[in-house]
Amino acid sequence: MKKVRIIPRLDIKGPNVVKGIHCEGLRVVGNPKDLAYRYYRDGADEILFMDIVASLYQRNFDFNILRSISERIFIPITVGGGIRSINDINNALRSGADKVAINTYAIKHPEFLGTAARKFGSQCIVLSIEAKRTPSGWWEAYTDGGREHTGINAIEWARRAIKLGIGEILVTSIDNDGTRDGFDNQLIRSISSFSPVPVVIHGGAGSKNSFLNACQTHLPEGLSAASVFHYKELSIKDLKKYLYKNNIPVRI
Amino acid sequence: MTRKKIAIIDYGVGNLHSLLKAFDRFGQNSFITEESSDIDSADAIVLPGVGAFQSGMDGLKIRNLINPIKNYAEQKKPILGICLGAQILMSEGYEFGRFKGLDIIPGKVVIFKNITEKVPHIGWNEIYSPASANWNKSILKSVKSNSDVYFVHSYIFQPKNYKNILAITKYGGLEFCSAIYKDRIYGCQFHPEKSGEIGLKIIKNFIELI
Repeated sequence: MKKVRIIPRLDIKGPNVVKGIHCEGLRVVGNPKDLAYRYYRDGADEILFMDIVASLYQRNFDFNILRSISERIFIPITVGGGIRSINDINNALRSGADKVAINTYAIKHPEFLGTAARKFGSQCIVLSIEAKRTPSGWWEAYTDGGREHTGINAIEWARRAIKLGIGEILVTSIDNDGTRDGFDNQLIRSISSFSPVPVVIHGGAGSKNSFLNACQTHLPEGLSAASVFHYKELSIKDLKKYLYKNNIPVRI
Repeated sequence: MTRKKIAIIDYGVGNLHSLLKAFDRFGQNSFITEESSDIDSADAIVLPGVGAFQSGMDGLKIRNLINPIKNYAEQKKPILGICLGAQILMSEGYEFGRFKGLDIIPGKVVIFKNITEKVPHIGWNEIYSPASANWNKSILKSVKSNSDVYFVHSYIFQPKNYKNILAITKYGGLEFCSAIYKDRIYGCQFHPEKSGEIGLKIIKNFIELI
């Protein structure tokens, strides 16, 4: 049986976990090691770390931080931000990551996704899409932590990346991110409906109900959130109990 | 308790960091190695790995580790294989062709076929005890049937003998063997080092069997 993964997301800037609204207006939330451990203990199914300025500054994810975080955390870890070479992926995997999420570099060099999937296996290559709805109603892919628009249709881009061999898609709704208005259910439906690979949705979780609503709309493989967990508005344990009671398959 | 020497074999595939840290939690002398002399002197060995069957066997071959591991198994010493490291314990694998395995546990490794879910099978899923297996004396001691563990794979074990099946899992309408055993040799298709507290318990159980 497929179980929906609940995935806390930690946006990293320097040594801190930060959080903004619509990917902007950042506030420091805490340190990554403590937060990640708290989520591990609270029943997270996986943890997602995104260095939100690595691409912008042409930097790499700080693999030393990753190594120290992963010492105490025995669930799958995905890292993203600034991944742009085979060597970067190697370093991430050797530091405790199981998967890498790639956005900016893949938009500029789509063939890199195929090369990476052949080298490390599809299961460890995640396409990260930052999608923003255009006035005419389609979703545009953004890069560099939601800063740069590309003119690329996010849904078409997902289709192409699947053909190149990626093993999972992480979709962030820039419109909903940090608003707590709920996940973008339309966005979920438009990608989950055709994707043969797992889809994880991020952006907009505000309550238990946001999660339930998304699961009932179109059961995605994973739902990711930041603020509601960071500010202790929602414990992962309680959330999972709630979903379970409402007949959504989760790991208890 | 004296610290056990646990050799985690690095044959060029996969994330070894998490596995080493998991063993480190239990205060053993665990280390990563690719030397056959370390295998001979170890109290237990661990075969990790993610990737294709042939690349795993090639990785062992170029490091001259195939015979040392087979000898180790013949002496009935403890081995823990994880994911690809468990698959190569079998006689042969059918990933991108037909390849010889370590042939420590008879049977083969085949692709997931005719199932109704996505392949690779990635995520948390439950392990059950088959009627023939007694978990109490194994690495699954005091693990509840139906416990969730973490899987990432497209191929599955097909042991020749029912007595080598330690656990089963259901996925996409199929029941498959998710853990194998023989003497003190164990293979898990899932990743104990990524399966939270239950996974750590499995690792602790393995250490206690050494």
